[in-house]
Amino acid sequence: MTTTVEEQLFMTEKEELISGSEAVAIACALADVDVITAYPIRPYDTVMQYVSQLKANGAFDCDFIVAESEHSQFEIVKHASSVGARTFCGSSGVGWFYAFEAIAVTAGLRLPVVAMVGNRALDDPGAFGVEHNDALAVRDLGWMLYWVATAQEALDMALMAWRIAEDPRAFLPMALSCDGSFLTHSQAIVNVPTQEQVNRFLPGYDRGKLQLHPDNPITVAPQVNEDWLMEIRRQSNEAMTRTPAVIKEVYEEFKQVFGRGDPSPFIEEYMMDDDPDIVLMGMGTLALPVRVAIRRMREQGKKVGFVRLKFFRPFATEEVQQALGGAKAVAVVDRDYSFGSPSFGGVLFNEVRAALYPLEKRPHVVNFIAGLGGREVRVRDVEEMVEITQKAIDTGKIEQECNWIGVRE
Amino acid sequence: MSTVAVEVVYRGIFQKTLARNIVRSIVFAARKEGKYGTAFGRYGDSPERNGIPAKQFAIVADDAEELEENLAVYEAQEVDVTINVDDTMCKGIESWAWYGLQPINALTKAGGTLIVTSRQDVDSLIEDIHQKDQPYNISTVTSIPSFSGLWVYKDDHTDVRILGALAKVCPQLVSLESMVEAIQDQGWDDLKVRSAERTYDRTTMRPVEPGEGNQEEPFSFDLPGWTTMEEGIVIRGIEQGGGFRGGEEGYQPVRSSVFKKYSTRSMRPIVNFDTCIKCTLCWLQCPDTCFDVTPDGLYDANLESCCGCGVCEAVCPVADCVTMINEAEFNDNNSQYEMWQKDKDDYTQWMTSLIDKQKQVDRTHGFHHVGGYAEQIAEVAED
Repeated sequence: MTTTVEEQLFMTEKEELISGSEAVAIACALADVDVITAYPIRPYDTVMQYVSQLKANGAFDCDFIVAESEHSQFEIVKHASSVGARTFCGSSGVGWFYAFEAIAVTAGLRLPVVAMVGNRALDDPGAFGVEHNDALAVRDLGWMLYWVATAQEALDMALMAWRIAEDPRAFLPMALSCDGSFLTHSQAIVNVPTQEQVNRFLPGYDRGKLQLHPDNPITVAPQVNEDWLMEIRRQSNEAMTRTPAVIKEVYEEFKQVFGRGDPSPFIEEYMMDDDPDIVLMGMGTLALPVRVAIRRMREQGKKVGFVRLKFFRPFATEEVQQALGGAKAVAVVDRDYSFGSPSFGGVLFNEVRAALYPLEKRPHVVNFIAGLGGREVRVRDVEEMVEITQKAIDTGKIEQECNWIGVRE
Repeated sequence: MSTVAVEVVYRGIFQKTLARNIVRSIVFAARKEGKYGTAFGRYGDSPERNGIPAKQFAIVADDAEELEENLAVYEAQEVDVTINVDDTMCKGIESWAWYGLQPINALTKAGGTLIVTSRQDVDSLIEDIHQKDQPYNISTVTSIPSFSGLWVYKDDHTDVRILGALAKVCPQLVSLESMVEAIQDQGWDDLKVRSAERTYDRTTMRPVEPGEGNQEEPFSFDLPGWTTMEEGIVIRGIEQGGGFRGGEEGYQPVRSSVFKKYSTRSMRPIVNFDTCIKCTLCWLQCPDTCFDVTPDGLYDANLESCCGCGVCEAVCPVADCVTMINEAEFNDNNSQYEMWQKDKDDYTQWMTSLIDKQKQVDRTHGFHHVGGYAEQIAEVAED
């Protein structure tokens, strides 16, 4: 009996020391993605590097197209997805913005493209470090947005991403946001599943009646006027409201097949069992220093917990309400900015505050802008956030709703 | 409290400036009387396409607040006066997609007036115009369809003649004096003022009774809801065609039943089946796939699909086989092939008479012939 290189590579479950970008590239191979497009921009370019390596090594076969720009990169996968190809691409910072025209219509056309955003500050000034504003820019357009914290999660979530996005109830694109450097360039021990496991979990992409094909003559995206567009938007909204159920289903099945995962696909709760007075909330690799800080503060007897928001879209309103509703104060840490927004706070802060508004008993919500441009969020920064939040509890009022932490005066 | 609304139905691009001059002059004239007004084009018609029926509106109100009720709309709900500056559109109009066929008088209020520039007599126009449940009036301004468009502007006074007629049929809008002032204010010469005054004097109205006119039910289109619409902004293709008119031989493609486009046409091809050499060029080159292949291998223009571009006439290698004829000469979209089969001599006679007539009077703006605007009407009718 002969085996292919692909089968040999992923015959047995094994541990690898890989970065988040490599983990996503391996997921591409395991998911047997048909069309992958690339255009270099740091830190996303690490993915294209590993994908091309895997392809060259015979780990999998795909059309790997290095486009002449991000715009074309996203146009190509958009079209490939419409004819029934499983697709992957990605970008970072202003590269993601350059593709915006294609990115916006990918969601409008209900095409399940999976992309990785290597989160990066928006130029100018040229900066490679992480800020979440790049990926967040699509938050209103119908993209599912997931923030990854570890390389293992990057691999697992990538496998789930195709399954969720390609579910006909969704047929919406999904972006995996991976913090520049902390995920894209940092290696960790990752459990790589077998091809057999992945095949059991992930069926092929079937676009059904919406597949553009000579045997299925359809027009996709004709010109429409005011008498059509609102219905189209309403449909997209409906698709997005169906995604939480799809995500839960897929997540449960993933846990069965691969034997790992959190209780909830939407949020990760840390030290929340004793209903702490202060709950920190944030997204992405921020979780790591925050967890360290919480352990230290717990040693000093401070009741502090942490909720990591994983899916920014769809936003799990009820789960967030349940997790945060019992706290006296919530400290939302934004690795982004939203100049001129309510309270001049961050994007996540205002979303969380809006989600908590319907509660009868609302906790104080304090905002912290931290870690912009890839600046490290240190343990003492987190401690400072908790001190400021504690003050709000003690005095019964928030002195300043949005606080910049770790910035030179 | 009184609001007066006027619509101008015109052929896109070819008559755009004409429509604009009319609606703007209305607002200027109303302002002379202290009223407030707005002039706008239907957004769905923009960017305009050559010859496709388009609309502009003028709405005039006593004060600014009252006018506000008519702002931020795409189209007036109803109008006091409909002005049609190309009589071939009396057969109904279809904008560039998914609107169905709108009768030319669809927005005309009960007791309102339809002004048409035409050289046809009123009764002949009424045959084309869809019947209404309510009475209205019709008034003609004797004229060819003016070619006063976006790229080429022929100042044949159609704009001011319409304004003169409008002051007559809708005195509650503005007086002739205000209209004349508005004409003068725009720097137009005294000859144009005289044209307006003369048309004012000559204009008469013919009442149209409820139920009078074209009895045909205009084709329409039900817009789907978000639950019935296909997802992914997908429109199903039209199925493949079958035999000629459902018969065994020949070929007729299946066509959209809700988007027909023929109201774009101001000229139509007439085919001489006796001289056709079956070269297939008209069938091949027609941008709208409008030719049906007959059982004996001839080509019959399907006149519900033909938008009158004239490519078939231009590519036909036979001198007298395909000829473009003024659309105003026809009252139906029936098959020419079936007519020819029924009585070949009759057909030839009918066809020859139409071609002879066409030789005397070329239409201005069929977008007939490659390159567009070559054809101009030789005489300007003025009695």
